[in-house]
Parts: sequence; structure tokens; C-alpha cells
Amino acid sequence: MTDTYPLGDKYDMPDARGHFGPYGGIFVAETLMPAITELNLAYQRYIKDPDFIAELDADLRDYVGRPSPLYHAQRWSQHLGGAQIYLKREDLNHTGAHKVNNTVGQALLAKRMGKTRIIAETGAGQHGVATATVAARLGLECVVYMGAVDVARQALNVYRMKLLGATVVPVESGSKTLKDALNEALRDWVTNIDNTFYIIGTVAGPHPYPAMVRDFQAVIGREARRQCLEQAGKLPDALVACVGGGSNAIGLFYPFIDDLGVKMYGVEAAGDGIATGRHSAPLSAGRPGVLHGNRTYLMADDDGEIIETHSISAGLDYPGVGPEHAWLKDIGRAEYPNITDEEALQGFHALTKMEGIIPALESSHAMAYTMKLAPTMRKDQVIVVNLSGRGDKDMHTIMQREGISL
Amino acid sequence: MSRLAAKFAELKASGRKALIPFITAGDPYPEFTVPMLHEMVKAGADVIELGVPFSDPMADGPVIQRASERALAHHVGLRKVLTMAMEFRKTDQTTPLVLMGYLNPIEIMGYEGFANAVQRADVDGVLTVDLPPEESEDCVKLLRERGIDQIFLLAPNTTPDRIRKMHEVGSGYLYYVSLKGVTGAGHLDTADVQDKLQMIKSNTDLPVGVGFGVKDAETARTIAAIADGVVVGSALISKVEANLDDPEQAKREIIELLKSMRQAMDH
Repeated sequence: MTDTYPLGDKYDMPDARGHFGPYGGIFVAETLMPAITELNLAYQRYIKDPDFIAELDADLRDYVGRPSPLYHAQRWSQHLGGAQIYLKREDLNHTGAHKVNNTVGQALLAKRMGKTRIIAETGAGQHGVATATVAARLGLECVVYMGAVDVARQALNVYRMKLLGATVVPVESGSKTLKDALNEALRDWVTNIDNTFYIIGTVAGPHPYPAMVRDFQAVIGREARRQCLEQAGKLPDALVACVGGGSNAIGLFYPFIDDLGVKMYGVEAAGDGIATGRHSAPLSAGRPGVLHGNRTYLMADDDGEIIETHSISAGLDYPGVGPEHAWLKDIGRAEYPNITDEEALQGFHALTKMEGIIPALESSHAMAYTMKLAPTMRKDQVIVVNLSGRGDKDMHTIMQREGISL
Repeated sequence: MSRLAAKFAELKASGRKALIPFITAGDPYPEFTVPMLHEMVKAGADVIELGVPFSDPMADGPVIQRASERALAHHVGLRKVLTMAMEFRKTDQTTPLVLMGYLNPIEIMGYEGFANAVQRADVDGVLTVDLPPEESEDCVKLLRERGIDQIFLLAPNTTPDRIRKMHEVGSGYLYYVSLKGVTGAGHLDTADVQDKLQMIKSNTDLPVGVGFGVKDAETARTIAAIADGVVVGSALISKVEANLDDPEQAKREIIELLKSMRQAMDH
């Protein structure tokens, strides 16, 4: 499919109906169509509205704490003996991850649209916390759907959401993880369409979500591009970010898509290993299909039923991936390697010990791939890695995995 | 003329309305389904909607979700449902059969493979919940070439221009979802449904079936007075769920409910 998007032309995906080549689109039940249309019109209007953008920028600066630093991990770079590694410190944002960039944006949109009730799905709980946070600030009712399995393994974030005034609804259907939380949030939305705004946390869902969430997250890449030019005196040679749905990765990649010298690596979760089938890597080992309102790579069986996924990190435990990543893979603009649970833990410990930074298990997948990539590159080359979140929420999982009790 | 078009024409000529039961294929176990379909025809069903189980039924309420999960536990997916349809046709060549489900199983089978399989099974219509008319062109073309109807959903908030779009690409009938929300939710506001049907009818001459909120003979009678067809799903599946230890009892209760609806609609 490389012929349909000649690399080097200005990238302007998606089309008016949300298509990235064959991917994306709007695949929802008729009951949702009017809400999607209303959202799309509001989004197209406000994203070009100077007052909206000014308010968003002010919130990102004063409430989220942007710009986040770009940090040269000198000791780790030296230790790995190859490229210079720069970390984009999304872990330093308010609430501890990149998720808040998007929830601040969508919440402002909800306010402009006169919605009084916010719903969200969450996997690791980071998006749920980021949503509950902005809902508290704006005084909006907030309901967060979370798979019952995730509720158990991310208890700390569940408590944070409750403190923030949100109602957390454990979802007991299907595999009881992120995909089922998304199903339940969509069901809530069709039932309460008049007063409710659904804040999707990743670059999936029906159009305009994949484009809208990307646009709110692209602040990561815009800052990183400027900071890298300032600090390293040139554009990076490679970008690395983990991919579940893929919002932190697309946020970093998007402003670099037309810079063809910048390689892009989106790291999927290989769980116990691709060969075991117990993984969450649709781009590595899935096939195109339709789920949650868009066409993309999925993990599905021969009957088209969605296969249960596995990853040590709840935030990557999702059978689909944002449609724009599917497109970037097909046209060869980005590569999508994968990292096992075990390797991710090595990445986690390496960054913690070498730089005194404890990364989230999701981000640890990007760290682990960086450990493979950096030594293959020259010392004058630069990798920008998205440190998408901090690891505090994962202490319990890691202690359990490593047999440690306090 | 397709079986669906012929059926609705025949009903119209005799002044009757279509009774359209929905059950999930393979619930509570695979062998239950085909005999149940025949029994439903005997009890007065004019058209049957057969649900294809899907792992992620986003537009369905808990009752149909659980039906899907029970069927999937027996590995009943799209391919198995097509063999059930084929088996049903062996002894019933007249009752229109519609497959209702989600798009991903069709995507994975491939549109052309799916259209061929549906034709081989002699299924009359396909209702794909998450395939709106804007995205349906490729699939509809292949189905239409084979004389298979693509049925679309209408919602209370569907705009007139979208109804006309569905009129263009859809055929057989349109399925009006009379409530905002998921299947099995809430109850019916007859005056509101009547207003909406008037608006729908001014934009299309396709027959319109009404579902969501049809629970008993009384609601069936009310809907039959204003629509071309009455769709009943969750109320039937609730009978299955209430009798998981005695599926024959579920069958009897489903037949009884359908008969009472039939009678209420005809008198």
C-alpha cells in the first residue's frame, strides 16, 4: 500500500470520514451516529477556535505542568555504549502519565458542548485517573468503567479515582479487561447520549476519536522536536514509544511523520512471547478487522471472535491498536517491534538503577527496546524515548511477580 | 422478489403485521437452535432474526451479552451459525431468515466469502449492527448481487437524510430501535414511537419493524397497530436464561409467549 501515500508528500491523514487508508472510519450502531456527528462537528469547530486553543494551552501549562522536560540520560547512554538517549518526561505530568494531555482537551470540549456528565474506560487506571481529575476540576459527574481483572491489579488507581469523586464500575463481562470496559462505556453512552461526553483514552474508537486524541497528544512530539533541536542540535535519528492503543506513541510520532530521516519504533507487548499466543501485539501477530468503531489490526480467531490478550502491563492489554498505527505500519513509515514481559521488567530495573527514574510497566517496554536499539547505533546518534508514565502504580504487580512482600 | 419482500407484501395484502422473533444461535447449546426456529414458525413467526454470537456485543444489554457468552462457550461462531441456517432451510423453504450480528466475523471471513456462504445457506437478509450505510457499500453490493437484503437499524435520533440513505442502500425492511440504549432496556413510549414512525414513513416505503421494549402480548399489540412488524428478542432470551437447567421448559415458554403475541397482533 505504499503507493497510496508517497512518502515525502505532506502527511494529511485521516480523510473527512476518518479513514487512514483502509483503516479507521466510523463503525458504530445507528444509536451512536448522532452523538458521533455532534462530537465531530464540535471538535472541527473548536480545534480551530483561538479561544479554545488559548484555554487548552493555559491548562497544559499551569495545570498539567507542560512543557515536560526532555532529559538526556547520559549514564544509561554511556552504559549501553551507543546512541544518546533522551527521555521525554511525560511521567512528570500532573497525575503521572501522558493521559492527562488528552483528558484536559476533551474535558474542555465537553464543557463547550454543554455536557454535564463524563464517562471513560480505563485499563491501567491512568486514563481513568486523568479523567476523574479533570472532571473534579470542572465539577462534572464522572463514571469510569474498568475491567474487574484490572480493578484487582490496579487497586491504587481505583482508590485515586474514588478520592477524586468518580464512580468506578467494575466490568464483569467478557475477559473483564480494557476491551470490555470500552464495550460497557459505549453502552452507557448510547443510553445517556443527551448529557454525556465519552472521553476515550486512546487513539481508537470511531472517528473523530483517533484523530482527536492524536491531536491532543501531539503536544508531546511538538515539544520533543523543539527540545531535541535545542539540546542535541539536530532532529532525533529514532523515536521509541510503547503501543497498546497507541496514544503516547502517536503523540510523539505525529509531528515527525514528514521528517523521513527520523525512524519510528512503536513497541508492542509480547507478553509471554508471540509464539505462545499469550500477548497483546496485534500489529506483530494479528490481522485487520473491525472493533470498537474502527477498522484496524486485531487479535481475532477464525470466526472473528476477539481473542483474550495478555500483558504484564494493564495499559497495553488490548486486542486492537489505533488505526493510524495500522496505516503507518502498512506504508512502512513506522516499525512495530515487540517486547516480552520479562524484557520489560529488565527495562524497568535498568532505568530505575541507572537514572533514578521508575518507569511505568507500559513505558518499560519502550525502555527495553531502547536497550536493544541503542547499542546498534553510533554515539553521535540520538534516540528520543517516550517515558509515558511513572511506575508508582505498578509496585504491587512487580512485587508480586518477583515474590517480594513488605 | 426476495423472500422478505414477498412476506411483507403478503402480510400487507392480508392486513396483518410481521412477528419477528430474535434468538441467539447456540444458546443455551447448539442443538437447541434449529428445532427452536421451527417451533417459532409454528407459533406464528413470520420472519426470524438469528443472532450470531460475538465476543464484544457493544450494542447489546446484559441479557443478549450473556446469551452470546453461553453460545461462545460452545464455540458457536459465524461458520457454525451458517450451517444451522442451512439445516433450517432443509425443512422450511418459505420463512425468511435474517442473520443479525457484528461486523468483525464478516471482515475476517471476507465480504465475498461471506456473501457466497450466506447465499449457499439460503439466508434472506443480513443485519450488521456496527455497519452504518456510509461504510456498507462494498458489502451491500456483494449481497445485492446475490439477492440478499441488507437490513439497517434506525434510532430515535436518526435524521431524515440518513433514513433516505438507508432507503437507498437497504432493502427487505428497516428495524426501528425504539429506545435510546442497548437491547433489553427500559420500556416503550407508544405516542413517541408513533410520531417517529410517521417521520420514517415519509422518507421511505420500506416496511418498518419495531423492537427494543417489546415484552409481552400487550406491547406487541400496541406496536402492531402502528408498525409493519414487531421484533422481540430479550424477552425470549430471558426465558432461556431463566430455565438453563430445563431448556425444554424454556422452549415451551417461548412458544407460549409468541403465540400470545400472535393472537394479540391479529385481533
